[in-house]
Amino acid sequence: MGLVVAVAVTAVLAGFYFYHHSRGPRSNSAGLQHRVAPDFTLPLLEGGQVRLSSSRGKVVLLDFWATWCVPCREETPHFVELQRKYGDRGLQIIGVSMDDSPAPVHTFVQQFQVNYPVVMGTADVGSAYGGVLGLPIAFLIDREGHIRAKHMGATDASVFEKDIASLLTE
Amino acid sequence: MMPTEMIIRRIATLVLTFVSSYAVSQATSIPTGRLINPEDLVKILQSGKENPLILQVGSHTLFLQAHIPGSEYVGAASTDGGLRQLRKRVESLPRNKFIVLYCGCCPWGHCPNVKPADDAMHALGFTNVKVLHISDNFGTNWVDKGYPTAKGE
Repeated sequence: MGLVVAVAVTAVLAGFYFYHHSRGPRSNSAGLQHRVAPDFTLPLLEGGQVRLSSSRGKVVLLDFWATWCVPCREETPHFVELQRKYGDRGLQIIGVSMDDSPAPVHTFVQQFQVNYPVVMGTADVGSAYGGVLGLPIAFLIDREGHIRAKHMGATDASVFEKDIASLLTE
Repeated sequence: MMPTEMIIRRIATLVLTFVSSYAVSQATSIPTGRLINPEDLVKILQSGKENPLILQVGSHTLFLQAHIPGSEYVGAASTDGGLRQLRKRVESLPRNKFIVLYCGCCPWGHCPNVKPADDAMHALGFTNVKVLHISDNFGTNWVDKGYPTAKGE
């Protein structure tokens, strides 16, 4: 009986998983594409600050997210893995939390063992990127600081990995 | 870290993600009769015949970037603080007041805010509440459509 329940639960979870990840990513090229990514300096969760242009020379995945955003939560483990896998080759993921307060972000970062810097975003930074009016939104920025891709909504990790691998070889 | 430990940690993370995905109150469970589409709300606002109180129950950072003119930010209804603010804002209003709730943070099925807000309003006895059905997000289904938008507080 227990085995049957376990198999059923696994099947349901697998069904949800493949339903979610079989949806095609919605990617578009907004007016910002190929332009220099708007620079910003934002406070880090753990103190100090991050200036985007300080990552020039690296491929940056700039992820606008929030702790209450379910697709964002689903993407986070994949970003942790991508940072671990490609960090030595020049990938820098930066998480920009659009939460209203840092408290839940602290908890989330510890819970998910986030291995890249997370800053608290602002409306001004969101507007500079064309308006972050839905989450998640991720921008891929090349080593010279130009925006090369924008992904809106839940996006399969393989799409990010393919883009990152390509940009790292340029 | 041992490979087995990594696998267990990965499975735990996946399970945690699934639980968090489906434990949230689902916007999809709000009855269709309590929803209003963006184009219908725009018509109501443009007609000027009705004057609904429009409350944003999602993210303040998103509200500052763009919101429906005249709407008020009350807080993320998925949090206790947001629900408290919502109750406080409406407690003195007549129970037949036309009120529209909206968020637009995420695709409809993933929005954690509108269902708790709608539940709270009905628990308080409000009888004329509509929830704005935003299928993708506020940017795509409102701003990009060219509907009236305001910025800031």
